[in-house]
Amino acid sequence: MAIIHVDGQAYEVNGADNLLQACLSLGLDIPYFCWHPAMGSVGACRQCAVRQYKDADDDQGMLVMSCMTPAKDQTRIDIEDEEARTFRASVVEWLMINHPHDCPVCEEGGHCHLQDMTVMTGHDRRRYRFSKRTRRNQNLGPFIGHEMNRCITCYRCVRFYNDYAGGTDLGAFGSKDNVYFGRYEEGTLESPFAGNLTEVCPTGVFTDKSHAAHYTRKWDLQFAPSICHQCAMGCNISPGERGGSLRRIENRYHGDVNGYFLCDRGRFGYGYVNRSDRPKVPEWRAQLDQTPTHLEVDAALDHITDALRHARRVIGIGSPRASLESNHQLRELVGDKHFSTGIEAQEQACLERMNHLQRTAGLPTPTPREIERHDAILILGEDPVQSAGRLGLNLRQAALARRETMGEKLDVPTWDAEALKTLGQDSYHPLHIAWPTTTELDSVAIRHSLAPEEIARLGFAVAHIIDPSAPAVDRLDTATRETAQQIADDLMAAERPLVVSGGTLTSEAILEAAGNIAKALSMHAKQAGLVLIRREANSTGLALMGGQPLDWALDELAQGNADALVVLENDLYQRLPAKQVDAALARADIRIVLDHQRTPTTDKASILLPAASFAETSGTLVNLEGRAQRFFQVFEPAYLRPEARLHASWHWLHSLAVSLRGEPPKAIHLDQATQACAEAYSSLAGMAQAAPGADHRIAGLPLAREPHRYSGRTAMRAHLNVNEPRPPQDPDTPFAHSMEGYSGFDRPRQQVPFAWAPGWNSPQAWNKFTDEVGGHLRGGDPGVRLIQPAPGHQGHYHQPVQSAEGTNALRALILPRLFGGEETSSLAAPIQQRTEQPSVILSADDAQRLALKTGDRVNIGEGTTLPVYVQPDWPTGWAGLPAGLVAGVLQGATLTLSAGDKP
Amino acid sequence: MDRNKHPIINTAYQLVPATGSLLRTLGTVFMHSFRKRETVSYPEESVYLPPRYRGRIILTRDPDGEERCVACNLCAVACPVDCISLQKAEQDDGRWYPEFFRINFSRCIFCGMCEEACPTSAIQLTPDFEMGEYDRQQLVYEKEDLLIDGPGKDHDYHFYKVAGMAIGGKDKGQAKDEEAPEDVRTLLP
Amino acid sequence: MSWWTPQLTAIFWGMFQALVILLGVVLLGAVLTVVERRFLGLWQDRYGPNRVGPFGTLQLVADMLKIFFKEDWIPPFASRGLFLLAPVLAFASLLLSFLIIPITPGWGVADMHIGLLFFFALAGINVYSVLLGGWSSGNKYALLGALRASAQTLSYEVFMGLSLMGVVAMAGSFNMREIVAAQENLWFIIPQFFGFVTFLVAGVAVTHRAPFDQPEAEQELADGYHIEYSGMKFGMFFIGEYVGMVLVSALIVTLFFGGWHGPLLPPFVWFALKTSGFLLLFMLLRAALPRPRYDRVMSFGWKVCLPLTLINLLATGAVMLWVGA
Repeated sequence: MAIIHVDGQAYEVNGADNLLQACLSLGLDIPYFCWHPAMGSVGACRQCAVRQYKDADDDQGMLVMSCMTPAKDQTRIDIEDEEARTFRASVVEWLMINHPHDCPVCEEGGHCHLQDMTVMTGHDRRRYRFSKRTRRNQNLGPFIGHEMNRCITCYRCVRFYNDYAGGTDLGAFGSKDNVYFGRYEEGTLESPFAGNLTEVCPTGVFTDKSHAAHYTRKWDLQFAPSICHQCAMGCNISPGERGGSLRRIENRYHGDVNGYFLCDRGRFGYGYVNRSDRPKVPEWRAQLDQTPTHLEVDAALDHITDALRHARRVIGIGSPRASLESNHQLRELVGDKHFSTGIEAQEQACLERMNHLQRTAGLPTPTPREIERHDAILILGEDPVQSAGRLGLNLRQAALARRETMGEKLDVPTWDAEALKTLGQDSYHPLHIAWPTTTELDSVAIRHSLAPEEIARLGFAVAHIIDPSAPAVDRLDTATRETAQQIADDLMAAERPLVVSGGTLTSEAILEAAGNIAKALSMHAKQAGLVLIRREANSTGLALMGGQPLDWALDELAQGNADALVVLENDLYQRLPAKQVDAALARADIRIVLDHQRTPTTDKASILLPAASFAETSGTLVNLEGRAQRFFQVFEPAYLRPEARLHASWHWLHSLAVSLRGEPPKAIHLDQATQACAEAYSSLAGMAQAAPGADHRIAGLPLAREPHRYSGRTAMRAHLNVNEPRPPQDPDTPFAHSMEGYSGFDRPRQQVPFAWAPGWNSPQAWNKFTDEVGGHLRGGDPGVRLIQPAPGHQGHYHQPVQSAEGTNALRALILPRLFGGEETSSLAAPIQQRTEQPSVILSADDAQRLALKTGDRVNIGEGTTLPVYVQPDWPTGWAGLPAGLVAGVLQGATLTLSAGDKP
Repeated sequence: MDRNKHPIINTAYQLVPATGSLLRTLGTVFMHSFRKRETVSYPEESVYLPPRYRGRIILTRDPDGEERCVACNLCAVACPVDCISLQKAEQDDGRWYPEFFRINFSRCIFCGMCEEACPTSAIQLTPDFEMGEYDRQQLVYEKEDLLIDGPGKDHDYHFYKVAGMAIGGKDKGQAKDEEAPEDVRTLLP
Repeated sequence: MSWWTPQLTAIFWGMFQALVILLGVVLLGAVLTVVERRFLGLWQDRYGPNRVGPFGTLQLVADMLKIFFKEDWIPPFASRGLFLLAPVLAFASLLLSFLIIPITPGWGVADMHIGLLFFFALAGINVYSVLLGGWSSGNKYALLGALRASAQTLSYEVFMGLSLMGVVAMAGSFNMREIVAAQENLWFIIPQFFGFVTFLVAGVAVTHRAPFDQPEAEQELADGYHIEYSGMKFGMFFIGEYVGMVLVSALIVTLFFGGWHGPLLPPFVWFALKTSGFLLLFMLLRAALPRPRYDRVMSFGWKVCLPLTLINLLATGAVMLWVGA
């Protein structure tokens, strides 16, 4: 703690901060461009000048850059000093000299940091009368728009892209005032975190291209606090809606989970919500080949009630991409004995194993923010960037943090980014990845290219070295033993080692190995951590809820033990081979499917109920930490599309249950649905506290979903009817579908639909909501942890698996893909454009055996042909297949490749 | 004599000029009997409206005949009764235009804030107020109803000629006061 | 036809006159509502109502149709009996005062020796209508309006009576015909100038006409005591105000301007012309003068007008005694 004097007023601040950080944390406004809370200071833009005095007697002082000056005890500065103000105004004026006259046609306008800072410094008249510099743009792919004229050369983009996110294809070119930020040639930005450039760039150089086609100013969007549904990371997002469609996803600051950044799948993968082919009204058909008849809500419920009354047994299939509330209502409808999680058996076993390990392995699960403080990491059988997006960025920061450790010894503050970068050069905290192919983290990691079984054996070996009481691995080859020794040494040398594993390879052995290492580390009383990656948004939650796997449900149907089926937001064909699913569906007379997308499963439905997507309803998800987080309805679809009959799945299912019991229709509200779920499962008891209930008020007000400048309220619906209806009422959440309500920053709150503070329209406004910049939300970071490590070491070591005897058969190794590897986001156009050309990865041996070489096309069944890529260090006996491409192929399934058409 | 100490005398003193003032007022008002009447007998007589009168709102075109509106939304946000709604769309050459542009004239108060906010001179108020309808729905004007063929009051302004964005027919560096695009592959001074 | 006696003739003639005067006054009151608007328009450089019929002549018909067919609503919170009684009182009390006005030597309803006192009595009753209307409406604006109206009327009636005592003294009678007869040579405006001024002020105040319309004060009280009235009940208050205007004008003419006296033209024309002049003055006052603050109105009445009438009365008495002596 340090005392600093600002404009004659004494404040207590964190002495490790720089003055800019300290002042912003105090709520004092100093304009800035190049500084970013997550990326530190470089002092490039000269915008944050203040006058600093040596001591109380000094009345001259000098101008300093507040971002480059430590907030030492007894520092005296004036922000409101006349010369400092003039200086800051001049800086903005010269930055604006070449800035084009573009604001009306700029997608940044309205949430532009440059606009905010220009207003803040008071520069409102251009005095420059000469010609302006111009620059050419590049096409940077489907995600990012580029308009280089607008650049003010703050260097934030390359600092984020290269230094923070590890990208290599964006750079600064040129010299003096001729500096260009772009790629060496036009092309898609390769980093999966490129989307953050739209928020990092203080002006409109990098903008959201997916937003451009249906662009709406930030002030015109309706927001709600939401949770990304595209992986298990549970990043907090602010989806913005206008005119009944989702327009863009903005990062919603969460001090513990996603901080300031999202991955591109989360940011650009929302398009499925807006698809025109979504089911919008209940559909019914007696025969599969009939065209469906549209039904009204009551008629559909009556139909289903009739059908289910006559059914012998109804099986309910839940979904890890649906909320806990929806899954619970389904389980209530069909009964515990007839409920399946909708997850394939092997995957579910892994999920249960992971939940178990998180409780009993003896190591806590760090939050993603805490991961960045771990100083040695072993990633066992995971490619975090591909399987959990944002988590990869956290792991990268952990490796980069070596610089800060080095800087500490030389007294270089953690915010002095450029000095630390020079100091650190290429030294990183040890990061070992056991994974068969290249990963995004390779540049800061040591990767061990191994087959799944070998990865498990490596893990068991490491555990044995750390704690000799852990079982040893037989017949370990020398190379693996050396690798294990190296990893064990690194983990043991570290203060806070971290083990990362997950269910991507659906191998219980790998998870057991990770568990052994965790247990061994906990024996050494290290401040270690264990992170286990799940695949889907609510995988963790569904495993906590429990239920039979999907295989069981299909077997019951196929054997004729049940004749009716209710499927909740789940495409069964994505999970198990089509034959198996077809056989089961053929035996089910009544096939009720609830979904918000058209899938092969909805095509087989006898009654299809249109479910609301995450933007149209509320619910609770559990992320990979075990954190239950609530997502809230962004908009009411029926307001602008009165013909739509979209309802939350938990609404549909509850109405069905009520109607099946022959009771009069009764509405259920979110809080009741959540409460019912929390009461039904002890493991989910805490989920009701994940977010405030519908009666939550701030200063007696509900919370506003719309910014106070929201425009067009009396015209946006006028083409339908000039008489405006009452705005939709929301009995489920504390948010109002209007601008009426609390939207300020001065009263701490957890659930912030959008960040805005007077004078701060850009995402930098989040600094007004945090306890200190880059810290936690003043109202507390949202969500509650449901999985806590059990006290004491209850678990035991698992026995290592023995090396699989060499089989000649080629087995499938499904590799997760950030773009295209997830069911719903791959329905979004930008993600489809961004998806890389898939290929089959083969080892050199296998390629030779099959007489294939890189570029040849092979048939992998069901008419899919893919080019072959031969990777020298790829494990023999495995064929690497991209996830989400060939539906229903399981991890480890035997493949027969046949030569396809020549390209 | 101090008048303030003797309120009666004070009142009496004031009474005379006050009465005079009243009578003069009566006289002045009475003399208005012989003035010309200001009322215009609309609709028999047509009304003269100054060119800057704030009446029916139009969307204008630039001197080249292209739509001026770039769908920046500033008119909508400036509107105090929120009666303007529009959606941005983009032509192939990068030019922004409104996909739809709707004004609900049953809400409009003709304050002219939209015109003041418009950075491209696209939205303008005209001296026309004869917009009465029997059906309120008819007061919802879409872009077809608003767009005219001329530049309105502002004859010369062409937003894209001063903006930095490249559009069809105007490349980078061809706008007013712009240098040719920089060559990023040279380090020469 | 022995039963047809001269008395009967006199009675029918009297009834006929009364009927003609009644209808004349009521119609005049109604016509004035439109005429006033046209005059206000004239003085404000506009037209006023000129759309219904040629030159707006049928405006009155339109207004009457409207007011007859308007919903006649009695608020549920009103005191019903008094609420109904108030407008009747307002209308009737002023109308009855016309009994005493001699229009020409041959025309006039009643020739009472208490003439002027009858007018004072009815003017006193008129206060009740305002008070009852305001109170029975059960509305705070109405009540405030009624309070103002009664305080104002009572205050101004004090010197209204006193201001006419000079006239009575000079004519030596309360009988209106005798007062007119006493002015054959000299209108009382000359010897009784201050009496005329104070009576004019009091007359405007008693009829609640601008600038003494504090009881109705639209801006502060939203119409004052008749805020809850609608339809024909409001109409009676409304026409009552104009009848009051005609009455005060006629009284001024009778008391100070020699009634029907005048050269060349027939007596009725003189009477009508003089009355019209004062009606015009009433309208001009409304067009020209702003409404003073309420406390100013009260202090003006008590501190200026009352002393002025007393001095006037004393002076008149003194002069009469001196001359008579």
